[in-house]
Amino acid sequence: MVNSNYIIEISNITKNFPDKVVLDDVSLKVRKGEFLTILGPSGCGKTTLLRLLAGFNSATSGEILIGGERMTGVPPHLRPVNTVFQRYALFPNYNVYDNIAFGLKLQRVDKKEIEQRVKRALKMVGMTDYEHRDVQSLSGGQQQRVAIARAIVNRPQVLLLDEPLAALDLKMRKDMQMELKEMHRTLGITFVYVTHDQEEALTLSDTIVVMNEGKIQQIGTPTDIYNEPCNAFVADFIGESNILNAVMVRDRLVKFMDKEFECVDEGFGENVEVDVVIRPEDVYIIRNAEAAMFTGKVKSCTFKGVHYEMFVETPDGYEIMIQDYNAFEVGSEVGMMIKPADIHVMRKERTENHVEGRLIDATHVEMLGESFECEAVEGIEPGAKVDVSFGFSSVELTDDPDDGKSWGTIRFILYKGDRYHLTVRTDEGDTIYVDTHDVWEDLDEVGIKIAPNNITINEIK
Amino acid sequence: MRQRISKILARRRVWSLPYVIFMAIFIVVPLLLIMFYAFQSKAGGFSLENFERFINQPEAANTFIYSIGIALITTIICLVLGYPAAYVLTKLKPSNARLVVMLFILPMWINVLVRTLATVALFDFLRLPLGEGALIFGMVYNFLPFMIYPIYNVLQKMDPSLIEAAEDLGATPRQVFTRVVFPLSMPGIVSGIMMVFMPTISTFAIAELLTMNNIKLFGTTIQENINNGMWHYGAALSLIMLIIIGITSLFTDATSDEGTGDATLL
Repeated sequence: MVNSNYIIEISNITKNFPDKVVLDDVSLKVRKGEFLTILGPSGCGKTTLLRLLAGFNSATSGEILIGGERMTGVPPHLRPVNTVFQRYALFPNYNVYDNIAFGLKLQRVDKKEIEQRVKRALKMVGMTDYEHRDVQSLSGGQQQRVAIARAIVNRPQVLLLDEPLAALDLKMRKDMQMELKEMHRTLGITFVYVTHDQEEALTLSDTIVVMNEGKIQQIGTPTDIYNEPCNAFVADFIGESNILNAVMVRDRLVKFMDKEFECVDEGFGENVEVDVVIRPEDVYIIRNAEAAMFTGKVKSCTFKGVHYEMFVETPDGYEIMIQDYNAFEVGSEVGMMIKPADIHVMRKERTENHVEGRLIDATHVEMLGESFECEAVEGIEPGAKVDVSFGFSSVELTDDPDDGKSWGTIRFILYKGDRYHLTVRTDEGDTIYVDTHDVWEDLDEVGIKIAPNNITINEIK
Repeated sequence: MRQRISKILARRRVWSLPYVIFMAIFIVVPLLLIMFYAFQSKAGGFSLENFERFINQPEAANTFIYSIGIALITTIICLVLGYPAAYVLTKLKPSNARLVVMLFILPMWINVLVRTLATVALFDFLRLPLGEGALIFGMVYNFLPFMIYPIYNVLQKMDPSLIEAAEDLGATPRQVFTRVVFPLSMPGIVSGIMMVFMPTISTFAIAELLTMNNIKLFGTTIQENINNGMWHYGAALSLIMLIIIGITSLFTDATSDEGTGDATLL
């Protein structure tokens, strides 16, 4: 074994389902004894990744090593892992004892030892004396405890947990989180935990892997992920945040909301478009408006238990979310301040849309499965493959069935202070990004229109 | 008055009344009549002579035992053929599975007599002898769907994560089947057995047609007695059959409880 430090090594895993790419070239290493959480919205591929580790699905390409051994073609029953399922998956034909003993009996473990180990596992999950109960008579929380006991009793090298707490109520979930963490410490085995709940991930994990659309967005400790999100998706998904379009004027100076701010980031270049993330608790409201970096009017103020959550609108029309222990009256003018270290600058993943198309004639181009009108193109043969580019704000969205050209579904909405940045997946499978002031909802069906003068066409050589 | 009628109609229970009346006339009353005739001698008055005759005259009793034997064989063959079929069906893509289920239910749209006459014609054409073999073939052919469907139903509704959980805990595909899938499909097997075994005991048309009246099943005996005006004896035979079927259904109920309950591992 070369890398004895790593219990799981996932290299370049791609998984295609007939109509979509679920995992796109995912690579990940898990250290021995680590509590690693795969976090992402539903449909991001996190459960598929877990199922590949358990062996329930096989990857289209790529390789998985567990404990240094190649897992390609190894069926689930021969893998050194055990799984805790979201919906418990207890065998209704066996009682609690026999459910937990299931794996041990298959391994032909000595009867006395089975009894000891089952009892110990039951004790660990706080279910002593429940041996002879019918599993269907247990509550959800109890069933999940039995499911955990059934998995850990086999002493797997890795415990896989597929949203194990998702079906429990809030109070129970909080209790179980603490117990899981304690269990991880006591057992000393590797936990790979899948969840869509960012708070759960932040609480439990040593390492968080944030996934979206089949790709790993960021890997890091909970603090890293929270404080230094690497892109707008992570910033938005983990905790609350203000994400704004900005321009990096030069090192340590960034301009957003039409104002220049000092920051601590370097190496982006000069006059480069970037995104900035400011956590709502990092914006300070100060009474002395003279000393404020910028001012605004309080639009709303909601008590959230420990702090107040306020939305403040600047004179230029930007909306900022602020969390503060003090409440400020709605309608009042306030001054605000942000410390340089609290401004997180992120490279923009893209500054305009690029899709592949085909020139039909001088004034028409085929893309997104439809023919779009464009301004007269010279020097490119009709029928040639072209790269079509258009700005985020030059796309117009409509819900009028007679109006839109191509159609798509809104997959992700990012609020950027003064506009929404939408991710739209077209019915043909292309992804385009749209800046708009209109309010749409996730999974809305939208028609896409682009004015001819906003379309730029370049031949693909 | 009118108000009272509308009030009565508003109660939903009232709407089941037509069926309740129907059930009373065509199910409850005939059952009572069977009881009445069975315990009455030809001369009238209460008597057990019909039951004594059943025990003392070997002919009817033998037919009865033979019928149960045929029913048992039919049920076992149906189970052996039906279970794998149902299992494979659940592995098919849903659209394909629907097509196959449709195919094996399709013959059920045709009347049993027509189907059986067609079977006779088929045996003639293939120059196969009619008799016991043909009888069992005909029974299996007629009752197989009743075995496949309930088993398929149970297997199809089984939570796939149970199978994954078993694999995950180290069960080979074979162990997954013997320890999880099969025990959990017990309710389907039990209702399949009831749906095949019970009607096969009393079948007579299939037996008459496929054995050219050479083999008599218990249903035929009852039919002959009643056709020949021996209502009392016929009624007693029917009652005996009812009781036996009742006992089997109690027995299968008990095993199905056990199947879903806490049957122990190993």
